[in-house]
Amino acid sequence: MRAHLPILPVLLPLVGALLQPIVGLASRHVAWPLAVATVVATAAAGIAGLLDVLARGTRRYPVGGWAPPWGIEVLLDPLSAFTVCVIAVVATLTLLAGGPSARTTYESEQPTYYGLALLLVTGLLGMVVSGDLFNVFVFLEVASISSYALVASGGGPALAAAFRYVVLGTVGASFYLLGVGCLYALTGTLNMADLAARLPAATGSPLFGGGIVFIVVGLAIKMGLFPLHGWLPDAYTRAPAPVAAVMAPVATKAAAYVLARVLLYVIRPESLPVSTTLAWVGAAAIVTGGALAATQVDPRRLLAYSSVSQMGYIALGLGLGVQDALVGAYLHILAHALMKAALFVVLAAAALDGRGPTLVALRLGSRMPITGACAVVAALSMIGVPPAAGFFSKWYLLQGALAAGQPILAGAILGGSLLAAVYMYRFTEAVWFGKPRATGGPPEAPMPLLVGLVALAAATVAVGLSNAALVSNVLGPAAAGVGR
Amino acid sequence: MNYPYWVAIGLLMLGLYTMIAQRNLLKKAVGMTIFQTAIILFFLLLAVKRDASLPIVSAADVDPARFMNPLPHALMLTAIVVMVATSGVALAILIRLYARYGSLEEDVIAERVASDETDPA
Amino acid sequence: MIERHASVVVQTFVRVLTPLAQLFALYVLAFGHYSPGGGFQAGVILGATYILLALALGRDTLDRKVNQPVCVALGAAGVLLYVLTGVAGMAGGGTFLDYSRLPLPVPPVRARYFGILFIETGVTLGVAATLIILFCRLGEQESGR
Repeated sequence: MRAHLPILPVLLPLVGALLQPIVGLASRHVAWPLAVATVVATAAAGIAGLLDVLARGTRRYPVGGWAPPWGIEVLLDPLSAFTVCVIAVVATLTLLAGGPSARTTYESEQPTYYGLALLLVTGLLGMVVSGDLFNVFVFLEVASISSYALVASGGGPALAAAFRYVVLGTVGASFYLLGVGCLYALTGTLNMADLAARLPAATGSPLFGGGIVFIVVGLAIKMGLFPLHGWLPDAYTRAPAPVAAVMAPVATKAAAYVLARVLLYVIRPESLPVSTTLAWVGAAAIVTGGALAATQVDPRRLLAYSSVSQMGYIALGLGLGVQDALVGAYLHILAHALMKAALFVVLAAAALDGRGPTLVALRLGSRMPITGACAVVAALSMIGVPPAAGFFSKWYLLQGALAAGQPILAGAILGGSLLAAVYMYRFTEAVWFGKPRATGGPPEAPMPLLVGLVALAAATVAVGLSNAALVSNVLGPAAAGVGR
Repeated sequence: MNYPYWVAIGLLMLGLYTMIAQRNLLKKAVGMTIFQTAIILFFLLLAVKRDASLPIVSAADVDPARFMNPLPHALMLTAIVVMVATSGVALAILIRLYARYGSLEEDVIAERVASDETDPA
Repeated sequence: MIERHASVVVQTFVRVLTPLAQLFALYVLAFGHYSPGGGFQAGVILGATYILLALALGRDTLDRKVNQPVCVALGAAGVLLYVLTGVAGMAGGGTFLDYSRLPLPVPPVRARYFGILFIETGVTLGVAATLIILFCRLGEQESGR
């Protein structure tokens, strides 16, 4: 069983997704427990994989028994095992917390919803463990098509947002494929390790530059990196609440992981100013996303622009390339997934309570104190207040920026925190001090939602408190050897 | 001369332009299909060799250098299926959009959606 | 709602053609190993026979023959067959999708042939179900929602 750990995070949610329509024939009430059981098993496999990698080193798995570079390879190394854990655990908590919300939104269609959500998880995890560039494309499209359908399930305005998402997402994935084609034309291989060995000899050709640019632009579209984030605000705003809770924290992270993997392990482009551009674009994303978020009236759109801003932090860290900056970027993948998930679950709780989509109407703190408290914890983490995880990821990014001799980028990081303080203050103020609801409602959010939400908020603080152990054991080795 | 590659690039540009400039959503979807087809064509062009034979091993002919490269074709089978699936989702969304808003023009839909959202239903 | 085709010739021809076409789809599936064909192509032909039923004999004929949730479940079962064949390879001692290690009483080279046959059958089921469901669901939207 231990030998199969690399492929388990992909197999388990896939089997779970395929069982949903079959089991759904009998009863629609089994859909949610089955989905949660599937992702719990996936998270367990992910954690087992991480522990195994830390104990025994990188594990490579040739699918089909064919050895790479001709065969497709699946690999677990510190970075991919870490990202698998992030995605699997956050997906578990959001699927758990989203259960009551999904029941009200979907009713008899729940098996279809959970089938799509599990396919999304399969695609994201497949992107992360893949050791072969084309395999990444296949799983990227599995995840993307599932998310197009999930966003479109909102009906009405969600359809327009979903169509725009389809077109822009396809452009992104197709650019990625074109870039892979260019690199294949140059070296004749698709395997990441093999490419890393062969590319330095081929840097002279124009296909090299073209391939890199296409891959980076395609992944930037998928990541929601400013200025290629056009699909993100509408998609996150108009998607149904449970969908936003599942999709928003993790979907862009897998694309960010692939960008990190390709940029740092495969291409290592010293000859092109890709890294510098990425760092500056990240800084622009931080500032612009934050500024746009601060002016929003709809809380979902506020969180969407906040996501654009936070992805800028990750891009900044990847672009800087120094050890501390990379550690900060990876830690931010974890921290942002946790805090964004918590915030979207709070919005799902508000939607369950029947509260309208404006900030002012969001007040639920006085009657749902636990929900409100978790919102505050998540908001503090977004701003970057210790001991929440958000502080430590920004701290490492700041150290990295200063170490790389880029004071302006360090200023952008701090500016982003300031903007986050503005919009997160507006959000928290609305949660606790907004317009009170005229009639009564249920006293507190439903138990599954509460459990998931508290777990997410607690994890934010726990990750912050234990960040030293995390960095020295997992993220440090993940970032070592590739930084400049 | 690399005419086939120029054709592929031309189709790519055409698809991209259609997706951006056309206001009718169905035409955007068609542009998306043209765009993806151009990328598939680009990959297939990588597989071609001069005087190459079909990549089927027979007793007489086992020299790999004489065969066309079958790998891009296999990869593009997957890409074609992806293209079909994406078109399916896009067209399903368009059918629902038309049933809901009565139009497939981008600006008309945007204005109807905006009035939908300001007028609480 | 698609009505029965007006011409008796078309109706009769489709009635005669459909079983032959489905048999041909099975042939394409089985001979995909040796000639053009395989799972995806066979699935498309199979799905097309049902769509042809609707076009020629009316939508109600198709609705009588196809139960939509069962169709989706069959499609999922097809893909599940694919995944379980891969897992069977794992159970036999290899990695995922290693057909040479399938627990069948045949030599490894022959086991690869069976493995591919099973996965192609799964693909056929999945693709046919997808096409039929797409046609059924998209055809329903005329009433608007």
